[in-house]
Amino acid sequence: MNSTALLSAAKDGLLTGSVYALMATGLTLIFGVMDIINLAQGILVILAAYLSYALQIHWHIDLFVGLLITIPTMFVVGIVIERLFIGRLKGPEKTAMSILVTYAVSLLIEGALNMTFSVNDVQLQGWYVNRSFAIGSVHFGYIYMAGFVLAAVLLSSLYFMLYRTQFGVSVRASLADQTSAALVGIDVKRVSTICFGIGVAVTAAGGMIYGATNSFNASTSYDLISRLLTIIVLGGMGSLGGAMLAGVGMVFIGDMVGVIWSPVWSSMSYFIALTVVLLIRPQGLFGKQSARVA
Amino acid sequence: MIRNRKYFRALGVTAVAGASMLTLVTTSGASSGGLAKGAPVKIGISLSLSGDFSGDGQAFQQGYKLWAADVNKTGGLLGHQVSLDIVSDASSPTQVVTNYQKLISTDHVNLTFGPFSSLLTLPAAKAVSRYGYAMVEGAGGAPSVFQAGLHNVFDVALPVANSLVPFATWVSSLPKSVRPKTVAYVTSNDPFTQPQIPVAQKIMGPAGIKTVYNKVFPGEVTDFTPIADAVAAQHPQVVILGSTDVPTVSAFMQAFEQSGFSPKVFIATAGPDQGNTFIKAVGAANADGVMVPNTWYGLAANKQSRQMVAEYIKLYGGTPAGVNGDVAEAYAVGQVVAQAVKATGGFDNAKIIKYLHSNVSLATVLGGAKFNSLGMNPQMTAYTFQWQGTKGNKFVQVNPVHDANSVKIVFPKPVWGK
Repeated sequence: MNSTALLSAAKDGLLTGSVYALMATGLTLIFGVMDIINLAQGILVILAAYLSYALQIHWHIDLFVGLLITIPTMFVVGIVIERLFIGRLKGPEKTAMSILVTYAVSLLIEGALNMTFSVNDVQLQGWYVNRSFAIGSVHFGYIYMAGFVLAAVLLSSLYFMLYRTQFGVSVRASLADQTSAALVGIDVKRVSTICFGIGVAVTAAGGMIYGATNSFNASTSYDLISRLLTIIVLGGMGSLGGAMLAGVGMVFIGDMVGVIWSPVWSSMSYFIALTVVLLIRPQGLFGKQSARVA
Repeated sequence: MIRNRKYFRALGVTAVAGASMLTLVTTSGASSGGLAKGAPVKIGISLSLSGDFSGDGQAFQQGYKLWAADVNKTGGLLGHQVSLDIVSDASSPTQVVTNYQKLISTDHVNLTFGPFSSLLTLPAAKAVSRYGYAMVEGAGGAPSVFQAGLHNVFDVALPVANSLVPFATWVSSLPKSVRPKTVAYVTSNDPFTQPQIPVAQKIMGPAGIKTVYNKVFPGEVTDFTPIADAVAAQHPQVVILGSTDVPTVSAFMQAFEQSGFSPKVFIATAGPDQGNTFIKAVGAANADGVMVPNTWYGLAANKQSRQMVAEYIKLYGGTPAGVNGDVAEAYAVGQVVAQAVKATGGFDNAKIIKYLHSNVSLATVLGGAKFNSLGMNPQMTAYTFQWQGTKGNKFVQVNPVHDANSVKIVFPKPVWGK
């Protein structure tokens, strides 16, 4: 093992991890506000990637310019899903039922994508996708750097919205206690719908970066959702900061172990870390104990 | 209670009588194949129509359907039209077992054809062997399939362990002045890819080509960048990638290019054989010089192969070079079974297994098929193919070097990103 390999692995972990953090943030935001475990998040990332693909192939729209279309589109998709399926879930079984409902939604979208785009893998292209610049012996891919910056900007915007706006106050109040929030006049239903839209909208950026760095088809979503779920479990269900830290941590640990030891152990190492954390803190790194009991 | 017992006894007698009559009717109308006259012969197949192997699964489906259409055009098998019962296993080794059990015990198929990949073929072959069914397949050539002690499995394609032999032999035989000095082996822990690596290493090592990286990565890895970066950091002149699909190859190529690394020789065990899917993923310019081992390609001289390719293009479009090798492997499975059915005069799986083990020579679009006691087809020749040209890429045979159909190898491979 040489220092270049080690530095490259650290860089890969940080840059790729930030994109996973962005995708997982949407998932944990939805759970935090609505008590909904959105199993469709993985396929929504892929749907967003396919939207970027369609814009590029049919209208020759650059991937980053295309975000001006795909982010609002995915927001609307989120609102529609919430209105049609999620908003109807009520009662104590709501969280458990949400797993079934969002899984059904994910199957519907997967089927539609397979029919529209076939099962052949595609990848998003752009002049910057394979280019990089070097600092010393370490190369930084433009697309990974762009993904990192995009994740930082969107996560910062999300934080600004949550901590510097009136709507953010409503969201945080709903995150803390939905009943109390409703008692002080917050329209929890409206906040939930918008949060679901935001949680889905962030997949547009995550999906575009994912699609430019990996070949994908609809079934790629299964790998994605399993990773995203483990990220929010490690970070603490409902914790935005936890999702960010766990997203970067998951990829960073795996990449470092892969280089120092063997790629065979890269996934395993993360799950060992996850198990250890859950043994010590069953609620995850930043999760609140018993926050969702009642 | 007594009344009930009488009722059930009467029902039982009626059922037995009914079954006997049905058997009589069926038998009296039976043809020489053991099926009722006019009844279709049902062939059960589990394919990866979604999941990791979906690209290959779809190509296999095309091959099976093409064969069935051709057979039905000429009157079917022993006068019975072929009906394919294809179900998806989502690339899952557990689902494939469930599928074949259902196909045999519930759907009552007469014959079974193999799924895609050694990973799924092994559990599938074990499952169908419990019912005494033959499993002729075209994508289960890993040693683990043949070492399982199964008597019912027959692979029409090349045993995979030898796939890289012509390539490794070529690299090792290059003049010392141009022969690469270093090689990296990086492979998925898949039964299809892993056995190929030590065979290549055994040939290239003694030729003085030093191994600078040799690691296995788990099949579930989706982020290949750190592994590719670790390979690039060693600057090997040859990279041998044990891959099963296009996404793996394109991810490595992208990461290599981003690292400013471009090996002189790059070969992947699978992925570059996927025609336009591969070109779309990696870009036409980067495909130039990339190699892949295989047993067949669309411009093969074999007469049956040319006919199949012409029919394929008529149905699905494209060019001969763009036809996926999986299509031919699936088609060859059908051809082998058709010849066995004809020779045994029916659809009795025990007779078919015995026939295929009788050292008989059969003709397929892949070339000759003759199975040894393990169900391998060792007489199949391994070839190496290469994408050449930066626009309108051609997929050409380059190895064995002295084969009449081989063209000159592009060496060294053009630098990526230039």
